Amino acid sequence: MSAFRTSGPARFGQYLALVAYLVFLAFPFLWLISTAFKPAVELGSPHPTWIPRAPTLDNFRQAFDEQPLLRAAGNSLLAALAAALVAVLVATPMAYVLARHRSRLTAAATGWVVVSQAFPFVLLIIPLFLVLKNLHLVNSLAGLTAVYVVWSLPFALWMLTGYVRAVPVELEEAAAVDGAGRLRVLVSVTAPLLGPGIVATALFAFITAWNEFFFALVLLKTPEKQTLPVVLTHFLGAEGVADLGPLAAAAFLATLPSLVVFAVIQRRITGGMLAGAVKS
Amino acid sequence: MRGARLLTAAAAALALLLTGCSTTGDRGTDGTDGVVRLRFQSLAWQPESVDANKELVREWNAAHPRIQVDYVQGSWDSVHDQLLTSFEGGEAPDLIHDASDDLADFAYGGYLADLRGLLPARLRADVPERSWRTTTFGDGIYGVPFLQEPRMIMANRSLLKDAGVRVPTAEHPWTWPEFRQVAKDLTAAMGEGRYAVAWPLKEPVSVSLNLGLSAGGRLFHRDPDGRAVLRFEEGDAVVPGTVRAMVDTDRTASRATLGSGGSDTLPGFFGGKYAMVPLGFSYRQQIVRQAPKGFDWTVLPAPAGAGGLTQGVSPQTLSIAEDSPHKKEAAQFLDFFLQPRNTVRLARGDWMLPTSTAALADPALHTAAYGWATGAAVARQLSPAPAPSVRGYPEWKDKVATPAFQEYYSGAIDAAELRKRLVVDGNRVLARYQRR
Repeated sequence: MSAFRTSGPARFGQYLALVAYLVFLAFPFLWLISTAFKPAVELGSPHPTWIPRAPTLDNFRQAFDEQPLLRAAGNSLLAALAAALVAVLVATPMAYVLARHRSRLTAAATGWVVVSQAFPFVLLIIPLFLVLKNLHLVNSLAGLTAVYVVWSLPFALWMLTGYVRAVPVELEEAAAVDGAGRLRVLVSVTAPLLGPGIVATALFAFITAWNEFFFALVLLKTPEKQTLPVVLTHFLGAEGVADLGPLAAAAFLATLPSLVVFAVIQRRITGGMLAGAVKS
Repeated sequence: MRGARLLTAAAAALALLLTGCSTTGDRGTDGTDGVVRLRFQSLAWQPESVDANKELVREWNAAHPRIQVDYVQGSWDSVHDQLLTSFEGGEAPDLIHDASDDLADFAYGGYLADLRGLLPARLRADVPERSWRTTTFGDGIYGVPFLQEPRMIMANRSLLKDAGVRVPTAEHPWTWPEFRQVAKDLTAAMGEGRYAVAWPLKEPVSVSLNLGLSAGGRLFHRDPDGRAVLRFEEGDAVVPGTVRAMVDTDRTASRATLGSGGSDTLPGFFGGKYAMVPLGFSYRQQIVRQAPKGFDWTVLPAPAGAGGLTQGVSPQTLSIAEDSPHKKEAAQFLDFFLQPRNTVRLARGDWMLPTSTAALADPALHTAAYGWATGAAVARQLSPAPAPSVRGYPEWKDKVATPAFQEYYSGAIDAAELRKRLVVDGNRVLARYQRR
């Protein structure tokens, strides 16, 4: 423990660095909030301020008037929740196999998982589009969800494999000695211990899908199906011109679900990450 | 057992979610009720413009129960990739809104319908030949150019007045040397830390090439055998040379804005730090919305040279997908959508100028307010941007021209090096696209 003890000035320096880092991380978000509440005249002010001089909700009103934000948010939520759920359900047993049964096959599978991350998705999108079209899944949230699952699966698998390895195999052996069958061991012993890891992985899959833009842009054709990131681009014109106020207001609202989910389950995530980081 | 119940519940929830997600079926373009359904993907984004588009679709649908148009909101961001995927997958919208500089690849790829024989004579005659050239590739016409946007100079009228400089009009524009002199006079009158001009050159290629036409530059030429070739002539050097001199020698243009987008320069413009900003005509909407109360501004034509007031433009276009089974009906809709009175509504909604001769004559586009009249006068002299119809232009622009112009404007390379890169490296790129 003494190795981590620091002197007063050093500790002050550490806190200072931490605060600076947090400010750096928070800057874009705070600026986004500030912009969302500024009237148009303040957005063009040569002397920008952090706190809007005449805060207004006009940007929010305009954003909701001009674009179907609620419907788009609902679509995003549905796709992201389904993607997170399916990714976890598929990745958990696969991760268990990869972690517990080491062989050339599992090593090759792990290697493929890593390699598959290297493909840029612009290369994949046209064949993917054709496959989904043949399955009648273009312009469908189910099709989009399937893409999100496939897209997040490798990383989810990689994360969960680490968590499974952190669960002592002796616990499973002890349960087996006590007479529990394979399924019972998995459900009653391993799964509860994997809880934080599963939550962290689901959160990763959720946020990945929630923020994804390009697949949604390409795969969804009708306005009724469009997701929030796609609708946000409707505030942008050619050559990057933007309707800045409503865009900031809508983008601020779009970040809230991720923040809420993080806030609610952050303790479980922290626990999960630590569990995954320690090898028995 | 608790775990097993959880798993069962999760599976049930998944099934419910997927049921909720599942598609209700693709409407397609062939209605089973005999009604033709067309999908129209519009990139309109300014609220007034979206309203005008939707209103026109509603009017059409009310008057044509057998040909119904579904309005689909697209966005300029990533539209090329989105359309390419849709074309490849056979799922493209029937009616496509885009810009002429994005059409060449789609036209040569066989994704867009040749509109010759589909469009009514009225529409063909109403749009000037020079505008049709922006959407003509080979022998075919692959889009109707309908809105265009010249680059104008947004100017702080009070600062111009205080400096006592001549204010140009479309009839008597500044020449490029005069513009440089006016910038010197203005900067001297404005005082330390202020500049006559802010050049937002984040995307330097289109500005340099399109304004270059006014000085007689073209850069892209056609050999007698039809091949495109790059040549850097005297006229091509005027605009880049003027900008570089204003930044480096005269100190009348801000170096800080060279890497900025148009919107980024507006706060400095409003604050009196810059007297003039060359911007697209539609930026007037942002100025109207964001300018402080009482801000006195005006819209001036860009300087003229050997080529007069002309400058290159890449108009917004409407095309019909080659895969559409209802091209004739789609063309009927275009004819309605682009009636002069409707084009005026679209132009006002987007703060742009119509290509239609009849629409351009509408009194609503000739008011002094917000520079409409100046823009309308300039619109008569716009030309097709010389480059975008050339195959290989996008690669030349991204890999050769953008970095070369950026380095030149920042002072990292000289004019000889700029010329070498644009022409020698550029011709190598073009040659790959023109092999026979």
